[in-house]
Amino acid sequence: MPTTMTKILTAAGLISVMTVAYADGHLTQDQQRGMDARQSHMGLLGFNLGPLGAMAQDKIDYDATVAATAAANLAAVAGISQDRYWVEGTDSSVEGSRAKAEIWTDMAGFEAEQTALVTATADLAAVAGDGLDALKAAFGPVGQACGSCHENYRTPRQ
Amino acid sequence: MKLLGRSAVLGLIVVAAGWYLTRPQPLSPDVFNGITADSENGAIIFAAAGCASCHNADDQPPELLSGGRRFASPFGTFIAPNISSDPTHGVGNWPDVALASAIMVGVGRDGEHLFPAFPYTSYNKADVQDVADLIAYLRTLPASDQPSQPHEVGFPFNLRVTLGPWKALFEGDDWALQDAATPEIARGRYLVEALGHCTECHTSRNALGGVDRSRWLAGAENPSGDGRIPNITPAALTWSASEISEYLKSGFTPEFDTAGGEMAAVVRNTSKLTDGDRDAIAAYLKAIPAIANETP
Ligand code: HEC
Ligand code: HEC
Ligand code: HEC
Repeated sequence: MPTTMTKILTAAGLISVMTVAYADGHLTQDQQRGMDARQSHMGLLGFNLGPLGAMAQDKIDYDATVAATAAANLAAVAGISQDRYWVEGTDSSVEGSRAKAEIWTDMAGFEAEQTALVTATADLAAVAGDGLDALKAAFGPVGQACGSCHENYRTPRQ
Repeated sequence: MKLLGRSAVLGLIVVAAGWYLTRPQPLSPDVFNGITADSENGAIIFAAAGCASCHNADDQPPELLSGGRRFASPFGTFIAPNISSDPTHGVGNWPDVALASAIMVGVGRDGEHLFPAFPYTSYNKADVQDVADLIAYLRTLPASDQPSQPHEVGFPFNLRVTLGPWKALFEGDDWALQDAATPEIARGRYLVEALGHCTECHTSRNALGGVDRSRWLAGAENPSGDGRIPNITPAALTWSASEISEYLKSGFTPEFDTAGGEMAAVVRNTSKLTDGDRDAIAAYLKAIPAIANETP
């Protein structure tokens, strides 16, 4: 079963990124750590989406094992609690953050976006090993879940 | 004293002449002579031109053009009007030529200048056939009886007559990329410069609110106040043409991040274009001059 293994690996990955020294600035340690952790979390999402997207876009050949593993990772990462990531005082007015202030004024809406990703990645993980057509069908909603939250809660990249 | 009075009168005459010379001039009534409109192509033009991103309301289907979206600018806040097919609150009973005059030369129903928050300074380069097709398509869309709201723009910018000289300054119909080396780049130029209004967001503006052509697509302040809109000239956008094309189709970057912010709505439009048209936009973005980011 890839899931337990990947959960451990994922957690280990997160912890190692989190322990990277935090930049000096006006942030408290908790604020800087929250930002680092959530950005690493996003990086893990993008990393695991990579092979799935490349298959869905016909850029690499479909491989059931690779697809199933990446999709299980994605679902595992999406399921990690984000309670301590979105620390007050770390919106995009802070250097290095692209988190819109709306996250803190509309926490319910933001959490609904998280839940949508949990659902979409679970649906993808359930079928990603069942062939390219199944993967393609379940891939779209995952991309939409990422995109919808980035549309509403993330400022443009510079 | 007398002298002063005289020069004031002279000044008024000059201003009045300027306003007269730059008075709103709608299109000639025979622009559409001999043209048969094709609403299917109109649907593609509608997507390429992004009419819905400004004229539909949040949480409404893109086809319901009830207006109400707000556009902040240094001059005040503009509110997109209802352009649905409703005869009273929308544009259902505007003749074709009146609609074309609004879209291509920024002249409203009552012969007034329209504010350039409506990107007619791009659309003036559109083919008349495409505009006819677009209008035919608009007429197939549902009606909304939501009244248009007045703009929240203060004096003197609320004086539409001052837009005449502004238009004379900025409403050029020449291309920013003068030489299109291939037919594909020329098609991309048409989609970006005439229809796409990409430049409305990606190009910075001068003090008068005109697009700064010397920094074409090199990034700009975000009018909503959220960060900066990225530079998409080859100096900053290093993706391959096929990666750019994929982004415009699915919203995925080469790193499998997704398009966010205002660009997400743009991708919903570009996803409706053909692969060929997206490739053309990508070829165009590869062909424009590389302009480095401004160092603040
Ligand atoms: C619930 C909202 C939400 C969802 C869902 C979401 N993201 Fe994000 N993402 C954000 C926010 C907010 C930021 C900006 C965080 C910051 O700058 O501190 C971000 C940043 C990113 C970044 C940039 C990270 C960095 O290094 O700065 C990437 C890459 C990313 N997301 C990928 C993804 C992918 C892929 C998915 C879907 C599988 C996804 N995100 C789903 C909210 C979300
Ligand atoms: C309403 C404003 C708006 C319009 C119109 C617009 N863009 Fe964008 N564009 C943005 C924003 C904001 C981003 C940053 C997206 C993000 O942070 O994920 C962006 C990002 C991009 C990027 C990715 C750049 C990068 O480095 O990440 C490309 C390519 C792009 N736009 C091309 C276009 C093209 C082509 C058009 C016209 C068809 C267009 N844009 C129209 C606002 C706009
Ligand atoms: C960037 C946002 C934006 C886009 C894109 C846009 N419009 Fe508009 N439009 C506006 C604004 C703002 C006004 C109000 C201008 C004014 O009052 O002077 C307007 C006005 C109009 C009017 C005049 C309505 C009236 O009641 O006076 C028409 C017709 C119109 N738009 C049609 C279109 C069509 C068709 C498209 C696509 C080809 C389009 N618009 C794309 C923002 C936009």
